[in-house]
This record gives sequence, structure tokens and C-alpha cells, in this order.
Amino acid sequence: MTARDDFRAGARAAIPIVLGYLSIGLAYGVLGVAAGVPGWAVVSMSVLVFAGSAQLVAVSLLGQGAGAGELVAAALLLNLRHILYASALAPLLEPMTRGRLAWVAYELTDETFVVATQAAKQRGRLSFPFEVGLNGISQLSWVGGSVLGVVAGSFVGDPERLGLDYALIAMFLGLLALQMRGRREVVVALAAAAISTVLWLMGLGSTGALVATVVVASVGAIIRPGTGPDLPTHVGTATDGGPGTEPGP
Amino acid sequence: MKLLLIIVAMGVVTYVPRVVPLMALANRRLPAWLLRFLSSVPVAVLAAFAAPLIFAPEGTLDVSLGNLNLLAAVPTVIAAVWRRDLLLSVVVGALTVALLRIWL
Repeated sequence: MTARDDFRAGARAAIPIVLGYLSIGLAYGVLGVAAGVPGWAVVSMSVLVFAGSAQLVAVSLLGQGAGAGELVAAALLLNLRHILYASALAPLLEPMTRGRLAWVAYELTDETFVVATQAAKQRGRLSFPFEVGLNGISQLSWVGGSVLGVVAGSFVGDPERLGLDYALIAMFLGLLALQMRGRREVVVALAAAAISTVLWLMGLGSTGALVATVVVASVGAIIRPGTGPDLPTHVGTATDGGPGTEPGP
Repeated sequence: MKLLLIIVAMGVVTYVPRVVPLMALANRRLPAWLLRFLSSVPVAVLAAFAAPLIFAPEGTLDVSLGNLNLLAAVPTVIAAVWRRDLLLSVVVGALTVALLRIWL
């Protein structure tokens, strides 16, 4: 296989992701503009951060006037799960330079990880051109969807009239529903919701949400039911919805 | 300018968990306690951010029928659990709030 063949195969493998990212990216762009975030910032985040749930939380926090510390801490917490993907992806890659690994890591998302692991089952170890094709096309569609969303959002006018101020909450609820796989997730969600609401009522603002997350995840790690959740569970979570229902990068 | 710096910082803290394990932890497994901690984070963080917006949108606890965010959460959750479709959840939620604003 030449490098070009590998790149094309990677790009083809990205097609289901493209459909999901275009539509969720569009929704993210509309939401960002509705929250009052400048269009350039909405799109820059898709280029520089490329992490859907973190970007959605970020535009919500910006709309509430949150500080830099809260924004960065939220992005860190929301993206810690990439440690799981990165350490699982490493052995599936052909040996390559550190510079190329750095490139591949930049566009690692729930979805590109899942597609890469599936491709590795058929193709064996994945080459750098394959990963560039898969990841590059995926991010391109995410950025493209964001641009379309920003443009669409600026035509909408008063976002409250269309209930768009609620779209973000609805997306959080939708993302949560996608992650519910058993009693453990339900308990974690309810505990985090309760603690976060109490801290919010005490005046901690969005910092309370971050505190609640760390507390609940720590308690969950200590009192584990049975064996700890392993990686395949996570992969299943990300693939369940199928293209078009994915939570974005 | 400040906003751009924030976005760059967000990019950095997003990139580190992507790149460090890929380079350093190849072929090694993370400790089980860390995996368990990480496995709860996505659910916990989403619930923690959503709950105050739903139950206390004005800063005080509001579980009355006058709380649109709470009312609209009902059909949104039903749609989300039923179809497991993110876009459908968003459309149902936004549409419910838009209609409730007209009727109430």
C-alpha cells in the first residue's frame, strides 16, 4: 500500500464521522452565536481545541460570564477521558516518529478513536497517512459544520424566540442519555447533579460543577461495583448511537 | 485577545491528555483506580453542568411549573432516552421552550 492509498482509505473510513460532525458542528455554531460568543472564537475553538463536549460547555460558560480559570479547568476535566483513548491507540499504530505521533494525537476524539480501532482489526497496525486521512477529514467536517452554524446563527435573530437558549441544556441531556449504560451511570449522574446544584445554590457558580465532578468520580473510583469498567465499555458508549447521533469530537 | 488566549489554553489542556499517553504509555495499561476515576468523569461532568441550569435557572431552587427549563427537560429526556439521537433531543428541547413561551 502506498502512502496515498493509505490516506484515501483513512479518508473513506471517516465518512460516517463526517455526517455526525457536520450536523453537531452546525448545532454547536448556532449555540455559540446564541450564547453571545463571537463567531471567530466559536470557529477557533473547533480548530485549536477540537473537543465537542468541552466546546459546548465553554460557549455556555462564556455566555454566563465565567472566568478563564473555570473555562480551562472544565476543558481539562471533560477531556481527561482522552487518556483512555490515547493509551489504547498507541499499540495499534505503526512505529513512527514522535513528530508524527504528536500530529495523530492532536485530532484524537471519541469517534476517530473508535473508527481507528475498528480499522486496525481489519488492516493491522495503522500507518501515519491512514491516520492523517481519517483524522484530518473528521476535523475538517467539524470546523466546516461550525462555520455553517455561525453563519446560520447570525440569521436567526433573537435566539430565545426559537428556544435556542435551551438547546445547550437539551444537548447536555441528550449526551447524558447516550452515556447511560446501567445503574452505575444513573447513580453517578444523580449524585453529581445533586451536589452541583447544592454548591450552585451556595453561590459557587460553575466551579461547583467541577468540584461535584471530582468528588463523584473519586467516590465512584473508591466504591466500585464489581470490576472497574474497562476500555471496551467505553468504546461501546461511543459507537452506540451510530453516525448522526454522536456527541461530536 | 484575552478570549484567544483562553482558547489556546483550552487547546493545551485538551492536547496534553491526548499526546502524553500516546507517546509515553504505549503498550502499558493505566492503573485500575485511574481508569475507574476517568470512567465516571464524562457522566458526572455533564450532569453537574446541566442540573443547576435546570433546577435553579435564576439562582434559587425552583421546582414549580413556572420553571420552563425544568418543564422542557421532561420531553427532552424522553426523546433522548427513546431515540438516543442528539439532534432530536436538541430540537425537542428548543421547540418545547419556544412553544411554552408562547402559551404561558
